[in-house]
Amino acid sequence: MTVLALHRPAPRPQHTYVPARPQGSDGVGVRIAGLTKGFGDHPVLRGIDLELAPGEFVAVVGRSGCGKSTLLRLLAGLDTSDGGTLRLDDGDVTGFAGRTRIMFQDSRLLPWKRVIDNVGLGLRGDWRPVAQEALRQVGLERRAGEWPAVLSGGQRQRVALARALVSHPGLLLLDEPLGALDALTRIEMQSLVEAVWRRQGFTAVLVTHDVAEAVTLADRVILVEEGRIALDVPVDLPRPRERSHPDFAALEGRILSHLLRREDADA
Amino acid sequence: MSRAIVRAGADRLLPWLLPVLALAAWEGLAQAGLISTRVLPKLSDVALAGVRLTGSGELFGHLQASFARAGAGFLIGGGLGFVLGLLNGIFPVAEKLLDSTVQMIRNVPHLAMIPLVILWFGIDEEAKLFLVALGVMFPIYLNTFHGIRTVDAGLIEMGRSYGLTHWQLLTEVILPGALPSILIGLRFALGIMWLTLIVAETISASSGIGYMAMNAREFLQTDVVVLGVLLYALLGKLADSVARLLERWSLGWHPAFQKP
Repeated sequence: MTVLALHRPAPRPQHTYVPARPQGSDGVGVRIAGLTKGFGDHPVLRGIDLELAPGEFVAVVGRSGCGKSTLLRLLAGLDTSDGGTLRLDDGDVTGFAGRTRIMFQDSRLLPWKRVIDNVGLGLRGDWRPVAQEALRQVGLERRAGEWPAVLSGGQRQRVALARALVSHPGLLLLDEPLGALDALTRIEMQSLVEAVWRRQGFTAVLVTHDVAEAVTLADRVILVEEGRIALDVPVDLPRPRERSHPDFAALEGRILSHLLRREDADA
Repeated sequence: MSRAIVRAGADRLLPWLLPVLALAAWEGLAQAGLISTRVLPKLSDVALAGVRLTGSGELFGHLQASFARAGAGFLIGGGLGFVLGLLNGIFPVAEKLLDSTVQMIRNVPHLAMIPLVILWFGIDEEAKLFLVALGVMFPIYLNTFHGIRTVDAGLIEMGRSYGLTHWQLLTEVILPGALPSILIGLRFALGIMWLTLIVAETISASSGIGYMAMNAREFLQTDVVVLGVLLYALLGKLADSVARLLERWSLGWHPAFQKP
């Protein structure tokens, strides 16, 4: 018996659920320097320098094809860069997994697994209570036994969020996860994302084409243009943010006009 | 309430309406003497032949022999097809190496191999197993391969970024994603399985349903020949029902298979 016990794999503490951490204590810092990436002859990122503090919420906006999604995929380890460095507090981005989780625009739930099994994907040990708790955080604890096919688009994204949260990510990457939702569901999801971010304190990078969404959620909005960072503005508005607030509108206007100016120049 | 039961009953019975009507018409016409018994014996005679052969244990023996061949051939051929499909679906190198060869063999009608197979194996069990396995292999191979290749790449990417091991990726993402296609291959394969077996048994065998029918022909026992034909129809339907049941059971998540 004792011999067997020696061969048992070490317990994986990151999968035991610890509720309500103080903000900022759990996030991973990110340092990006001179990051480049091209596809064929076409350069997509032409030297990105960016530092993210642990627990910071950063939104990346930009027009289609500006390289914002590519940046996110490099951070996730889904692609490899051509040059420059990309470093997390707890080591280089060496591939998949680790403490980084990504949420895609489509929920990418496995249709052949029940909601709870989707949330517990890849977890070991006694994961069911942990997954159940993650579902509770997104308000879907009663849908645990259902097939993803019967859920609405917004509910599927909430399950995807629970799946990303269940392993307590240090860095959560959000690739336009609310892009396909209707306006009302979007606003609900935004406050949900903000709430779990404040509770868990992970570092978050949100790629979006919706400037209002970026200003609602982020500590800092970064505008990427032609593979470079064109604008880096802090958002010093109290949370939860009111879209009708004049400061909100002013900031949104400033970022938008920057975006539109480029469009005029192109035309 | 009772109307719902009537409707449910009607739903179950309706598919059998045409077969039963056809059988009734057959018996009626034969009784009236409109069909020569040399062409088609009376249904009641066929049933009597069935009862007689069941009583003597002969029918059961033949059924058992056919089932054993079908099952063994299916397992061998289906297993090979599945493994090949898996290999070529996952590893592009394997596909480059093997696929052309498999496609060439596939395009030889396997029943045309019968003369060669008899030369190789004589009329023993191996000949029939070989033919069934050869016939069953390709639909399973093609659909497994296709199923694996068409698994949503986004799901595989998600699985990898969520830290699944290669094994978990295979068993939790790739295989379930390929399953609908694999089951279609299974249904095709079951059809080919019976077809091949019957042909093989009529040509060279000393037991089995095909042999029973061929043997009866020698003695002009038309009723037994027809009994064999009816058994084929029933066995084919049975195989299809099993495949459907399997689909329903394993594809419960699929919107197309969910009960209304």
